[in-house]
Formats: sequence, C-alpha cells, structure tokens
Amino acid sequence: MINLIIDGKNVTAKKDTAVLEAARAAGIHIPTLCAHEAVSRSGACRLCVVEIKKGNRTRIVTSCLYTVEEGLIVDTKSERVQNVRRLVMELLLARCPESDVLQKMAQEMGVEPQARFVADTDKGKCILCRSCVRVCEEVVGVSAIGLFARGSQKTVGPPFHEQSDVCIGCGACAYVCPTGHIEMTSTDERRKIWGRRFKMQPCDKCGKFFAPVDQLKFISKKTGVPLSELTVCTECR
Amino acid sequence: MIKMNNTQALRQLQEELKKNYDPNKQLVTICAGTGCRGYGCMKVKEELEAEIKKQNINVEVRATGCFGFCEKGPLVIVHPQKIFYQSVREKDVADIVTKTVMQGEVVEKLLYKDPVTSETVMKEEDVPFYKKQQRLVFGSNGIIDPTLIESYMAIGGYTALAKALSGMTPEGVINEVKKSGLRGRGGGGFLAGNKWEGSRKAHGSPKYVIANGDEGDPGAYMDRSLMEGNPHSVVEGMIIGAYAIGASEGYIYVRNEYPLAVIHLTMAIESAREAGLLGRNILGTDFSFDIKISKGGGAFVCGESSALFASIEGRAGEPRAKYVHAVEKGLWDKPTVLNNVETWANVPLIINKGADWYASIGTEKSKGTKIFSLVGKINNTGLVEVPMGMTLREIVYDIGGGIPKGRKFKAVQTGGPSGGCIPESLLDLPVDFDKLYEVGSMMGSGGMIVMDDRSCMVDVAKYFLAFLQEESCGKCVPCREGVRRMREILEDICAGKGTEGDIELLEKIATGVADGSLCALGGSAPNPVLSTLRYFRDEYDAHIKDHRCPAGVCKALITYSINADKCTGCGLCVKVCPTQATSGEKKKAHSIDNAKCTRCGACIESCKFDAITVE
Repeated sequence: MINLIIDGKNVTAKKDTAVLEAARAAGIHIPTLCAHEAVSRSGACRLCVVEIKKGNRTRIVTSCLYTVEEGLIVDTKSERVQNVRRLVMELLLARCPESDVLQKMAQEMGVEPQARFVADTDKGKCILCRSCVRVCEEVVGVSAIGLFARGSQKTVGPPFHEQSDVCIGCGACAYVCPTGHIEMTSTDERRKIWGRRFKMQPCDKCGKFFAPVDQLKFISKKTGVPLSELTVCTECR
Repeated sequence: MIKMNNTQALRQLQEELKKNYDPNKQLVTICAGTGCRGYGCMKVKEELEAEIKKQNINVEVRATGCFGFCEKGPLVIVHPQKIFYQSVREKDVADIVTKTVMQGEVVEKLLYKDPVTSETVMKEEDVPFYKKQQRLVFGSNGIIDPTLIESYMAIGGYTALAKALSGMTPEGVINEVKKSGLRGRGGGGFLAGNKWEGSRKAHGSPKYVIANGDEGDPGAYMDRSLMEGNPHSVVEGMIIGAYAIGASEGYIYVRNEYPLAVIHLTMAIESAREAGLLGRNILGTDFSFDIKISKGGGAFVCGESSALFASIEGRAGEPRAKYVHAVEKGLWDKPTVLNNVETWANVPLIINKGADWYASIGTEKSKGTKIFSLVGKINNTGLVEVPMGMTLREIVYDIGGGIPKGRKFKAVQTGGPSGGCIPESLLDLPVDFDKLYEVGSMMGSGGMIVMDDRSCMVDVAKYFLAFLQEESCGKCVPCREGVRRMREILEDICAGKGTEGDIELLEKIATGVADGSLCALGGSAPNPVLSTLRYFRDEYDAHIKDHRCPAGVCKALITYSINADKCTGCGLCVKVCPTQATSGEKKKAHSIDNAKCTRCGACIESCKFDAITVE
C-alpha cells in the first residue's frame, strides 16, 4: 500500500491507483468530465487537475492519470488548481452554451459564463472528451467513429461525417457521452444515430423491439452464437 | 562501397579517401541547399560543369549542403584559394571558370561587399557574417557532397564511431556525453547524457533511438540544412547513441515537406548499411543497429515527443500525459531516447575531440555551439552557428549585419512560435538555455526572428497565436479553446475593438493555459502574449485606450497622409495605388482620400521621398 497526503488528509491506496480514485475513496470530490469508468483515460478535459508536491517542486497534473506515490502531497483545491478549473469551465461554457450538464457543474463551482467570449453556435454539446470514440473502439470493438482535424476545427463522428457502414447502432457512445451531445432517437422499429437508421429486432417471445439487427449480427459474428439464438430479449431469455 | 568488418578497415579506407580529397586540389563548391536551389543554383552548377568541359580542364564541381549565408545565394567557392562568390547567376559562370579557375584571377563583382566599409572581401572566413561564427557542427556542410559517404569519411567521418566501438564501453560513451554537458537542441534543453543513462538503465526490449527532424517553426530551417547537407553526421551520432544505450532500432522522423532531406538521409542510411556501419554486427562487433525513416505529415505538434511516437506508431499525432518518461516508456512503450537532429550531430564531435574540449565552449550550463536561423528584418538572413553565450547584439549586428534600411531594432523573437519576444534593452543578453528562459523566452530549436520599429507587437502575438491555434492538436481544453480565445481577443484589440480589462483577461487565460495544458505546446503557447505584455505593454494600452497602433501596422487604427513639405508630386504613389486613393497634380503635393485607402502600404513602399506618414 502507498501512503500519501491529499488535502492534508493521510490517505492509503493500492499501487497504480490514480490520484482521482484515491481522493474519491477518501471522500474528496474532484470534478471530471472525460473520466468514464468504461473507457481508458485521456486527460483531455483537464477539470481533474490537482497540484502535487514532491520535495520542493510543485506541479499541476491530471489526477485521473497520475498514479499514487509514497509521500506524495496533493492539493486538490489550491489557487492554481482552481484557476485552471475555472478557465476550463468558462471555455467549455462558451463552446457549449446549451449544455445543461455544464451549466449545472459551473454553478456548483461558482463559475459564470465569461462575457468576453462569443459563444459558439456550431459545436452542439460536444466537449471532445473522446469517451464515445474510446467506448466504440475499446468496449464495442467497432471503431465506427473517430476524431477529425486538429485544434479548434476538431470534430467527432463517423468518417467524412457520412453514414457509417460499420456502425452497429448499439448506442454505447450516446450512453457514455457526459453532456448528451450524441443524439439517438428511437421508435419501436427504427433507431437513428449518427445520421443512419437501424432496423430493430423484435423479441421472438414478447415481441418487444430490443436491439438493432446489425448489433445482433455483430455479436453473432464475434461470439459464434447463431443469430437465431440472439433474437430473444434479455428479459425473456 | 565494400562492407567493412573491423575498425582497422575503416581507418584504412579513410586514409585512402583523404588522398582523393586533397585540400590543395582545384575544386569548385556550390551551395545546393533548398534556399540556394530556390535561387537557381542547380542551373549554375550545370553551367559550371558545361563551361569546365568546354574549356577542357579537369576540375570537380561539387554540390554541397547549405553554407548558411542564404541572403546572398547562390554561393560558390573556388578552392584551393577559397575565393567566395555570392549571388552567382548563370551569366557569371564563364568568368568564374576562365578567370578564377584557370588563371587564379578574382572576379571582383561577385565578391561580397561590406555594406558598412564598402570594401570587398575575398575569402569566406573574412566575410563579417562568418567571422564571429564557430561552425563546429555546420562547417562541414560547405565542403562535403552529402550524397556520398566517401565524402564524409574523407573528412574523418565515422572516426568517432570507430573510436567508440573499439575502445569505449557503452557506459564510457555515456559518461563522456554527460561530462560534455550537451543539452538537447530541440527545445527542452535536457541533458542528453542523463537521458541516455536513464534509457540504458531502463528495462525493456528493444530500445529505440530517434532523431527528431520535425522542424515546424515558421522561419526555422537549421535541422533541414543539417539533414540535407551533412546527413551522415546525424546517422553517426545516432549509431554511437544506440551503442551507448543498447538500442537496436532507430528512426529519423523527418517532415515530408523536406524532400531533399528525405532523399539525402535515405542515401546516407543505405550507404552506411552497405559499408557495414548499420545493420547486423556493425564493423564486425556484436553490436547491431539499423535506422528507418518515418515521414511526418507536417503537423507542428508532432515535434512533441509523445505525439511523435504516436505518429510513428501510425496513430494520430496527439500528445499523451508523460508521467512516465520516454526513456522508460517511449515508442511502443519501450525505452526510447529522442534527441533533436542537431543534438545527434554534436555527438561525433564530442567523442572525437573529448568532453573536456566540448565543455570548454559555451557558458557554465550551456555547452558547445548552437545553430540559429536568423530571419526577419535582418540584413544577413541565414543560418549561423555561434558558441553559447554570445550576446544577442553580436548575433544581430555583427553577424546579422543589423536591420535593413537603417531602421531601428525593436525585438527578437526566439524559440519558435511558443517562444517570446526580447526587447532592445536586453540585447546584451548572453544567449544560452537558461538566460533565454529567465527573460520569458526560450532556446527552442533555434529560430530567431528579428523585428524592426514597423512591427506591431500585438500583431506579432496575434500571428503566433493564430499559428498555434491551427497547430494545436485539439485534445485538451485549455490549449484548444484557450489559445483560440486569446487570439480572438488579440484580433479585437488589433481591430480597435479592445476593451478595458482585456489585458488582465489575457493574462488570466495565459496562466490557466500554461498550467492546465496537457503538453508543452499548450504549456508554452501563451508565451508570445506573456512576453509581449511583459516588454511592450504600452503598445497594448495604445491600441485599447487610444485606438492607436504605434507601429502603424493594424489597419483599423491607422490613417495615411502625405507630408506636403516632402512630396514632390512625382505621381508614383498614384500609379501604385490599387484603389485610386492617392491623387494630385503633377509636381504639386498629393493627397490621400482615406475613405478609399485600404492601408495596403504600396504608396509607402513606392515613395522615394519618405513623404507618406502613418498615424
């Protein structure tokens, strides 16, 4: 076990634990947007920054990626940390003024929208946290969506923003999206996501439409289970 | 080339080659770097060869790498007298061959003329541009044919490798590099020897060495010129490094926009492999190592180590958090030493001449020389190599020849786009890693952009932030969004829409971006803003409070007028004005209609009487 001090509190954590988890286990709240438990971490949103002290040197690091070290002194609320977090919130509010998640978070942090920034109208609620891209690649194993371009031109979506042939319509991306940017609309028979419509499979037993046919085909191919055995919903199985 | 199986064979070959490269033999060298090729040097070379053939004499014409004095290209040197000709055109070739080569006569009109004394200078080393330079790394560029390994070996190339392999342990090499005090030339300035040692001690296999040739700073081209002009020096440095670290594979990451560098490096690697200097059992020893070339797509951020690794691995060039160092987990999570091209090129020198010799050059904590690309408002544009610790004044005035048209020096921007602007009051600053950092700038890879009194510092900051906004990878919020917001505020200030509180807001964003960004690109991106605010805050104030651009650059804040006392009514400004804003009777003072004027500056450029004023 590793001993460290977070906000003056003695904390013990297992080796390789991220400072974020060590702090949370000790009841210390650190805000995050891009650290989703289902996917690997990128350190993109920078909200979880903390100030660490080793010897006489202090430094700002992302707590979601930095792992615990013996004797490490962590300050999760220092002035420098607060400044970065406030700036990140102001920048995100200007990028996604419609996001209720961001507004609520900003309110909790006492951050007001920066009047000098002209709010964007073309970014939707996407903060480019890339959780959607990671879940599609790492969990689903499809990589139907990715990131394009650089800098402030960066966007997320299927290649060339055209309907993707490999997307299975599973909706994992919409599920992990922290701000609700990814729109997924469903009727009984159809689901629409990333501009493509998917036919839904009715359950052989109860008749309820429960999953896109393409998703079931993908699972069948991956697992070798015949498609006919997958056309029963989880409740009737 | 025959494969060499031991260091003895290498030494023998070197001796034989030296005979062919007799310094007293007649020879014409012509700079064939990318700059001089732009001037048409390859046609001059063809013409030289044709004329020599016509005259039926036997003299070699050698296309070499960049000589550095790009302002005056194409450059030709006639050996053995070392007569230095500048701005040589095809029509000058007959004179060079028939007079200088055949009769030893100097062609006066092609000599460099000192703009101050108006005296002509015959030899390269006497030209003021070269006089104060110490060209240890860059000097061979002007004499060797970069496409021939024999040419490099004839001046002692690969001697350092032979020395390391035959008489030094890997630890011995590392100690020598540590003792030399060599610091990375790519930006961070980390001690190269410490990096090497860290990687040698790290667990994991294979280990990698990489040369970073992703030079992306606007106006900087020293690495390009090294890769083009002396590719074997980089390759030799890397082989020595690989031996010291225990690396078996190496990469040279070079921008694909440097086609000549890619060609010359490829040739260098192939010929080194043929000679038994790369590949399995180098020079008959147990040591095996090979190099591949990885071509970059031109993203500035790929010069950042973790983004560079991602790019080589075939992923998008985005940095990642570096809480575990690359010496332990770098390329493909294996121990990796990444050094800049120029750093590698320093290694053979250190091994050949010893760490003590190397450490005797430079300042206390910055050893050796540094190549700078001196560009902007400077008379002698080019690449200069000087010992660390030379003052900015010496570089700008003695080597660079000062500011064109006798204008006033205002600032020099060092360290690339995320470096800083250093004002006139600091011209006597000795240039080294730490001194530049102390004044809010950095060494970076060695860009130096000189600005005169007609450069607006708010506009300069805006320019660099626009570059960084475009080149930010877009991964983390502070860099992607923060740099863009700073640029927007600067645009407003330049457009006369700055508001009170903008400066404070810029400082606040700058601090947050510097602290909060994921990589060094974001971490240093606010530097152009912070350093111009530090030294030129009054210019920001003038823009915001007085709606005035003191340098006369920001179009929304200036008006042009004609000084009736100076105007002779020559009518030139009427001819060049694209919007017919200037008018007047012949031989009488003209005037400018500000409603029509687009402030393009064409009239100012054309006026011979300095009659047009900008306010």
